[in-house]
Amino acid sequence: MTTPRYIFPHKHLLGIEPLSPADITAILDQAEAFEEVCERPDIKIVPALRKRLVVNLFFENSTRTRNSFEIAEKRLSAEIINFDADTSALSKGETLIDTAMNLQAMHPDLIVMRHSAAGAHALLARHMKASIINAGDGAHEHPTQALLDAYTLRQKFGKLDGLRLAIVGDIRHSRVVRSNLWLLTKMGAKVTLVGPPTLLPVEMKDTWPEVEFSYDLDAVLPEMDAIMALRAQFERGTGQYIPGAGEYIRYYQLNAARMKRAKKDVAILHPGPMNRGFEITSEVADGPNNLILDQVTNGVPVRMAVLYLLSNPHGEQVP
Amino acid sequence: MSEPQAPCLLDAQQMEAYLLRVSREIAAAFGHDENLVLVGIRSRGLPMAERLGRMLEASLGREVPIGILDITLYRDDLTEMAGSPIVRPTEIPFRLKDKTVVLVDDVLFTGRTIRAGLDALLDHGRPKRVWLAVLVDRGGRELPIQADFVGLKLEVPMTQRVSVRVQEIDNVDGVYLEGRS
Repeated sequence: MTTPRYIFPHKHLLGIEPLSPADITAILDQAEAFEEVCERPDIKIVPALRKRLVVNLFFENSTRTRNSFEIAEKRLSAEIINFDADTSALSKGETLIDTAMNLQAMHPDLIVMRHSAAGAHALLARHMKASIINAGDGAHEHPTQALLDAYTLRQKFGKLDGLRLAIVGDIRHSRVVRSNLWLLTKMGAKVTLVGPPTLLPVEMKDTWPEVEFSYDLDAVLPEMDAIMALRAQFERGTGQYIPGAGEYIRYYQLNAARMKRAKKDVAILHPGPMNRGFEITSEVADGPNNLILDQVTNGVPVRMAVLYLLSNPHGEQVP
Repeated sequence: MSEPQAPCLLDAQQMEAYLLRVSREIAAAFGHDENLVLVGIRSRGLPMAERLGRMLEASLGREVPIGILDITLYRDDLTEMAGSPIVRPTEIPFRLKDKTVVLVDDVLFTGRTIRAGLDALLDHGRPKRVWLAVLVDRGGRELPIQADFVGLKLEVPMTQRVSVRVQEIDNVDGVYLEGRS
């Protein structure tokens, strides 16, 4: 448990990369307190962000992340504005900076943003007084997803240190995997990335030298405490990187036959939405070891924790 | 850390004696009430509630359920603070409906903590009634809140702080007066 005197030192959550293990632990510990709020029988709302204005700024479609943030904001009693790129002046040619300056004029306290460009959040952070929370930027980072994955793993195993985890599938196009690699390596988990050579960029080894790479899922499966299947991102061109669905399924699909090689209580995670029948079968996705819906449930208290920790200005913040 | 030379208002033994008196008063008022529960406010209201719970169990011959309340998210000065204080879980392991709740804290001062505690508590349900027990009432109220069960009642100047220290958190039992008079 972090001590009561700990103060979260960051103004923004642009990614997991700038966070220390103590910061990550603080967020996960705070999420435990907010989980209690979410499980109350009657009133699942606390007044912590009363008088605070949160803008949800989504330049890319997202149903579950946005809903999860919105529930988290409501449970903290924040004022909420949803800003859709489709309906905004952006479609009329306004630049991101102009949009930001217009938002700034409304004096928001927190901005939750999803944008397809990796640097968009840092750019916004330089131009605005509000705290920026990255809700996904291109193939770069998706920090709250990694935090809720870590929370779910910690809930199941009690700790992250020493945990053996394989992340399987479309590593190339996944922002989830990058945030997860930062987080899990900082917290001492042992990560193996698994997938076909075309979807497994070896240059990632330069950033995360402690991470192992494998093309052979069946070989590494027996040692793993947890398996995270990634969504094949066909909309980002995954189809062009694999010879065909049949071959991918034969070597990398999480199915009942393959899972017999794994530990009996191996945890199954997936960031969603799932391509059932491709990277994972329903048998496994709905099986007794799946934590996939726990991930969704845990998204709310984890995001409440992030919103809460960033909601109070602090003297010596680092970005 | 507070200065170790702070004048001692109550030593460990006296603190125990005052708590025992509070527990007797609670027993006299609600000993017959099967729905009696204690709820301690973090941090030092919790060890107070646990000790009162043990004393009540000894005198009533039955266990009195104990809940824990963290009031951080309900503070009226939360938005003015530099940095968000760490929140620890609230644990109310019983339904509040029809309960007689004795809210427990170490020191009653401005009353703002108790106001936050009442709001936090009522978000968990609708108890039959809520009474307040404190080890020390030091005066200086800023809200119309009074305690029903009080160990030690004092008038302490605003510049001074009454600090209750407990074995569980501070490795020592006692009540101290800190700051200049």
